Amino acid sequence: MSSAEIILSLHDIRRDYAQPADMVERLGRLMKGGGKPRSVQAVAGVDLDVMAGEVIGIVGESGCGKSTLGRMLTGILPPSSGKIFYKGQDIGQLTGAARREYELGVQMIFQDPFSSLNPRMRVIDIIGEGPVVHGLVGRAGKEAYVAGLMQKVGLDPAYRFRYPHQFSGGQRQRIGIARALALKPSVIVCDEAVAALDVSIQAQVLNLFMQLRREFALTYFFISHNLGVVSHISDRVAIMYLGRIVEIADTDTIFQRANHPYTQALIKELPSLRTDRRQFDPIKGELPSPLHPPSGCAFHPRCPYVMDRCRVERPLLKAVDAAQGPHSSACHLNDMHLNDKQNAAQFQETT
Amino acid sequence: MSEYATFSGRAESSASSAARGSGPAQVVGGDHGAAGLSPSDLLLDLCGLRTWFHTRDGVVKAVDGVSLQVRAGEILGLVGESGSGKSITGFSLMNLVEYPGRIQAERMWFNGRDLRELTAQEYRQLRGRDMAMIFQDPMMTLNPVLRVDTQMVEAIRAHERVSRKAARDRAIQVLGMVGIPSPEERLLVYPHHLSGGMRQRIAIAIALLNSPRLIIADEPTTALDVTIQGQILYEVQKLCREMGTALIWITHDLAIVSGLADRLAVMYAGRIVETGSTVDIIGAAQHPYTQGLISSIPSVHTRGQALFQIPGSTPSLLNLPTGCPFRARCYRATEQCATDPVLEEAAPAQWVSCWHKGVQA
Repeated sequence: MSSAEIILSLHDIRRDYAQPADMVERLGRLMKGGGKPRSVQAVAGVDLDVMAGEVIGIVGESGCGKSTLGRMLTGILPPSSGKIFYKGQDIGQLTGAARREYELGVQMIFQDPFSSLNPRMRVIDIIGEGPVVHGLVGRAGKEAYVAGLMQKVGLDPAYRFRYPHQFSGGQRQRIGIARALALKPSVIVCDEAVAALDVSIQAQVLNLFMQLRREFALTYFFISHNLGVVSHISDRVAIMYLGRIVEIADTDTIFQRANHPYTQALIKELPSLRTDRRQFDPIKGELPSPLHPPSGCAFHPRCPYVMDRCRVERPLLKAVDAAQGPHSSACHLNDMHLNDKQNAAQFQETT
Repeated sequence: MSEYATFSGRAESSASSAARGSGPAQVVGGDHGAAGLSPSDLLLDLCGLRTWFHTRDGVVKAVDGVSLQVRAGEILGLVGESGSGKSITGFSLMNLVEYPGRIQAERMWFNGRDLRELTAQEYRQLRGRDMAMIFQDPMMTLNPVLRVDTQMVEAIRAHERVSRKAARDRAIQVLGMVGIPSPEERLLVYPHHLSGGMRQRIAIAIALLNSPRLIIADEPTTALDVTIQGQILYEVQKLCREMGTALIWITHDLAIVSGLADRLAVMYAGRIVETGSTVDIIGAAQHPYTQGLISSIPSVHTRGQALFQIPGSTPSLLNLPTGCPFRARCYRATEQCATDPVLEEAAPAQWVSCWHKGVQA
C-alpha cells in the first residue's frame, strides 16, 4: 500500500453470538425454521487496514456481518477475538485518556434517522451533550458550538430548540451527522447512513459527506448494501459475504475488473438508468444461514462456476494481480488461472 | 359492461367463478394480442383524481388532479419522493383511503366499470380478484398468526367457490411461479419462519392468486437487498409478460423502474409533472424535477464529483399555495410559475406540466 498512515487496523476480527440477542433474531430470520440458535459467527475473521483520509466502502447483503464489523470498530461491541489497532495502539489495552481519545475519535452515524435520536431531547442537547461532557466546550459555549455545527451540516441554527419529531428524515440524518461531528472525530462509521432517504435527499447528504470530509480531513467507513452509493463515495471497496471479506480493491478496479463471482453478480444486479427493457438475471438463492454455514466456500451454493474444490476447501483472500495495484479476492478460480498462466509461461520457456 | 355494474350477490360470483375455470386464459390471451394495437383499449382510465384529507388544521391535498391511463399488460412506473402522493394514488384506486380522506375523480374507469359507483361490497369483490396490491413492507403484509396456506386459501375462496384442495393446489402452483423452492413445505410455515425476500414473494403470490388484470405494487423492493430485489424484479417482469397483467410500480428510485416499465409518470406534491414512455423520460426529460431526479442518482461514473442535488425538500401539502409546487426548488423558476402550469403534450406522447419545459442544456 501507499505510505499513507494506517488509522485503523483489524487483525483477524471475529464476533460470535452465543445467546439469542437482537442480532441473532435478525440472523435467525434467515433460518429455514426451527432449531435452537447456537453459536453464530457474524464476523468470521476480517483483516483490514483503513488509511487515514480514505473512504472505504463495505458492501454486502443483510446478515453478512457488515454492521457488526462497524459496531466493533466504534467500540460499541467488543470483538470475540482478534485485535483492533487505532493509530497503532491495540484498543483492548488502552486505558484512561488514551481510551477516551479512541472512543471520541471514532464516531458512528446510524441507519434509521427516526430511532437513532432521542425523541425527548432537544437538538441542542442531542448535538451538544457529548462535547460538554467530554470537556471539548464549556457549558457556556455550547449554544454557539451547536449553532456552528448546525450551520456546517445545513440546518438552520434557529431550530436548535426543536425536538427530533419536528424534522424530516433528511434533516434528522443531518442532526445525526452533526452529533457525530461534535466530538471532532477522525473516523466516522456510516452504517447505511443514506439507505432510509429518498434519492434527492440522499444526493444532498452524500454531497454533505464529501464536503465535510474535505473540511475536517475525515476517514469514512461507509457501510451500505447499495453498490451505487458506495461506488460514488468510496476510494476502496470491500465486499463481504457471510462474515468474511471476499474481495477488496479500489473502486475502479472493483467496477472494471471484478474478480469474485459474487462481486460480478452484485455489479450486474446494480439498478441503473436505462432506456432499453432490461433482462433481469438475478443471483439464485439467498444468503445462507450463518448458523449452518456451507462447507468450503460460503458462496458455493449460489455460484455459477462452482467446482468440487469449492465444496470442501475455503478459499483464502489472496492478491489477484500485484501488477495492477492492491486487489485481493477469495476464489479458487484464481488459482486455476494462475496455474494456467504458470503452465503457459513454462510452456513458452520450453519452446 | 352493464352486467358487471349490477351486483347480484353470491350467485353472480359463483357464476363468474364457473366461467373463470377457462375464462382467465382466454381473456388474457385476447388482450395480449390486442395490447398496443388499439390505444383506446384502456384497462384503467383515471382522470382528475383528487384525494383530499380534511384535517382539523386544513385540507391536505395528497393527490390533486392525477390522471393515469394503463393499457392491459402494460407496466407503468409511478415515481416520486415520499410525500408526493404516489402511494395515496394507489390506495385511492383500491379505495383504501380512510376518513378524513375523500376521493373525488372526474373519471375512474377500470376494466369497463366505473369505480366511483361501486358499493363497498362490490369493491370487496373487486379487490384481490381484478385489482390487487403489493405493499411495501413484507413484514406487515402477512398475518403473523396464520400459516401461509390459511392466508392463501382464504384469498382464493373469498372470490370463488372452490374446494380447499383445489385452492391449495392453485396456491402451490402460484408459489412455484414466483420462484419459491419446495412450495408444498412453505405453505405449512408461519411468516416469521421466512426471510424478507420470501415473504415479499408470498405477498406477490397472494396478489397473483386470482389472476388480476391490474397489480399495484407500492415500493415492494425497498426493504429488500439488492440481490433479492433483482430476483423479485425478474419474477415480476416474467409474470407480467406471461400473464398479460398490467402493473403500476410505485417507487422513489428511477433506476429500478427504468429497466422494467414501459411508461413512467413522475409525481410531485400530489400532481403528475411529467409522463411519457421510459425511453423519452430517461433520454429526454423535460421537467426540471425529473431531470434533477435522474442526475441525483449516484453511480461509479459520478465518483469524485459533487452529485447534482435538488435543494430543499418536498413542500408541506397542507395549504399549498397555487402555482407550480416545485418552484421553490427549481432553478428555472420565474414569476410565471406562480400560476398553475398545465399538463401539455411537449413531445409526442410525452406530457409535461411546466412553464419552462425543455431538455436540460
